[in-house]
Amino acid sequence: MSSNGRKTREMILDRIRVANGDGPATTFAPSPNAEWESLPREYDRRGALDAEARTALFAERMADYNAAVYYSDEDGLRATIADVLHERGKRTLVVPHGFPQEWLTEHVHVINESEFDSASVEDILNVITTCTVAIAATGTVVLQHGAGEGARRLSLLPDYHLCVVRESQIVETVPEVMDVVRVNATRPTTTISGPSATADIEMTRIKGVHGPRFLDVVIVR
Amino acid sequence: MTVRVGHAAEAAKFPIIANTLVDDSQIRKNVRHATDVIQNKRANVVAEQRDWQELRLSASKIKEHTLKYLDRYLEQFETACTRAGGQVHWATDADEANKIILELMQSAMAKHGWAREVIKVKTMTSDEINLNAALEAAGIRPHETDLADMIIQLGDDKPSHIVVPALHKNRTQVREIFSRKMDLPELGDKPQDLTDAARHYLREKFLNVKVGFSGANFLVAETGSVCVVESEGNGRMCLTMPEMLITVAGIEKIIPAAQDLEVFLQLLPRSATGERMNPYNTIWTGVHEGDGPREFHVVLLDNGRTNILADKESRQTLHCIRCGACLNACPVYSRTGGHAYGSIYAGPIGAILTPQLQSMKHSQSLPYASSLCGACYEVCPVRINIPDVLLHLRSKVVERQQDMLAGGANFEGLAMKMAAFAFARPTIYRWGQKFARVAQRLLVRKGYIRWLPGMLGGWTAVRDLKALPQEPFREWWAKREVEKTKAATSV
Repeated sequence: MSSNGRKTREMILDRIRVANGDGPATTFAPSPNAEWESLPREYDRRGALDAEARTALFAERMADYNAAVYYSDEDGLRATIADVLHERGKRTLVVPHGFPQEWLTEHVHVINESEFDSASVEDILNVITTCTVAIAATGTVVLQHGAGEGARRLSLLPDYHLCVVRESQIVETVPEVMDVVRVNATRPTTTISGPSATADIEMTRIKGVHGPRFLDVVIVR
Repeated sequence: MTVRVGHAAEAAKFPIIANTLVDDSQIRKNVRHATDVIQNKRANVVAEQRDWQELRLSASKIKEHTLKYLDRYLEQFETACTRAGGQVHWATDADEANKIILELMQSAMAKHGWAREVIKVKTMTSDEINLNAALEAAGIRPHETDLADMIIQLGDDKPSHIVVPALHKNRTQVREIFSRKMDLPELGDKPQDLTDAARHYLREKFLNVKVGFSGANFLVAETGSVCVVESEGNGRMCLTMPEMLITVAGIEKIIPAAQDLEVFLQLLPRSATGERMNPYNTIWTGVHEGDGPREFHVVLLDNGRTNILADKESRQTLHCIRCGACLNACPVYSRTGGHAYGSIYAGPIGAILTPQLQSMKHSQSLPYASSLCGACYEVCPVRINIPDVLLHLRSKVVERQQDMLAGGANFEGLAMKMAAFAFARPTIYRWGQKFARVAQRLLVRKGYIRWLPGMLGGWTAVRDLKALPQEPFREWWAKREVEKTKAATSV
């Protein structure tokens, strides 16, 4: 920061201190942490549903925002993914680093994450990812872009996103999801609730603007 | 320091602009439709959230706490963001912010030979500082990428709502703008057609423009993270595709910890668009190796916010998370639309925010642009008591006017003093009533006064005044007491 910049910074901080009726900053000032800890948080920090009801709610809320939901068990996952792709007519698929290869059949043409930036637009029309955690109450999947989830642009540029969600990753409420996200708080984090959308023209909800126009979710029980 | 809020300082008074807008039936229809739809959606998803009031209370307390320690939290944010590879800048006003942003862009563009273009995510703060005009003057082309902002930019228009800035335009009007500016004579007018046109138009920009620009919904002090809330994916594009990203944020956008996001990410989407969750939230921290921009800057903006902080009775204005719920609920806004407020911040929140940012020197008519019905307070997710602040600001406007008129003739002040004198003395009050009853005779038509002379005409210009009754309550009561006593004695 330039010396000019430092002066501006001090000026703004001083104006805040004066506005708050504080004296100049001292190293002995009490930390705000204790006060933050005691702020009222009477809202629901935990959900009340059992696993089955939670999964059902997640599927219902996902569908509410135009995402298609499929179910599978661990053994049948490879077949389920193949069926979904077949049904959608998808033959090429972008696959992130660390995505389990055994979930993919030889019938799909795989573009690995490392080839993504040089691949043609036609080749990156479809992407498959896992997720970090999901929220039932809002119908949301959360990606922190680690192994299996890909860098942020992977799940953004394609037109079609297929996301694999394990039942154990579904939590009921937003506070529960933040407990998971906070473990790796400084990782890039994207929450996705349905396909991209807008209601800017006459409040008519249009699915698919700049992000993927289609979002499918496979829930693994 | 010169605080600027868009072009609010030059705008005409609210009643003057409003007067012309209420006669525009197309705008009234468009605004009414949009606010009705959002309000209904909001009501449904808020009713579904059982702990809504508890969330509101927590949000309000978190904001109150943050403002009390704002200097510490800003420093904490700066340290954490810098540690993660971001660069933090400070700006006292609009010009300073624009200067910092321009210098950053110009030096990067010159160094790397990038095209002089920037892709922008919707940000009210950028409108507040008139960034686009500053960019264009320096030969840098800003591309607004939010659909509504595109409609505004291409149509050479002004935003009229915090969340849905083009809600005053209907599909036919949007089609006209797009087909002209994008050279698409065959374009249809279905919202799907118009959205597809925007997708096509912007895709090439997202893939090629090297500089991205955004605002911020939240800055997290604990981690140095920034959170942007959006729907279309244009935000994700601008935040991840360019080589360089610059974010401008008002200093009040800070929250202490990542955990606090759990409160605001429940309140904001339900209040703003009536969704349980908006399609996309992006949270990032500094620079991420191999993912997104390689250079990241945050400009922390004061621009009058510390003035508001210094006023204990109205500092709650800084709690605002820009959801726009108060606009949709406001009976005044739904009839005039946003342009009447002469500021990029319209509606009830604009009526308190705009004049305060400008130290009450401009936009003095805005605190009066309200019926004080309280609907805004009821829907506010962070419990800003807007009616209270409006009243407080009205008294400040009056004080200012009195200061300015000190020594001169102040008819309103004189009239108020006379009224206070009469109200405190029953005899004078009674004679005043008798006098007024006689004086009004010439003016009363069918029980109403529709015209008053001189300054009093300001009242009757917009509403009728009920005539004083021939027998006021006090006389009726006195007569009744006399009759009761008579009746009692005659038994």
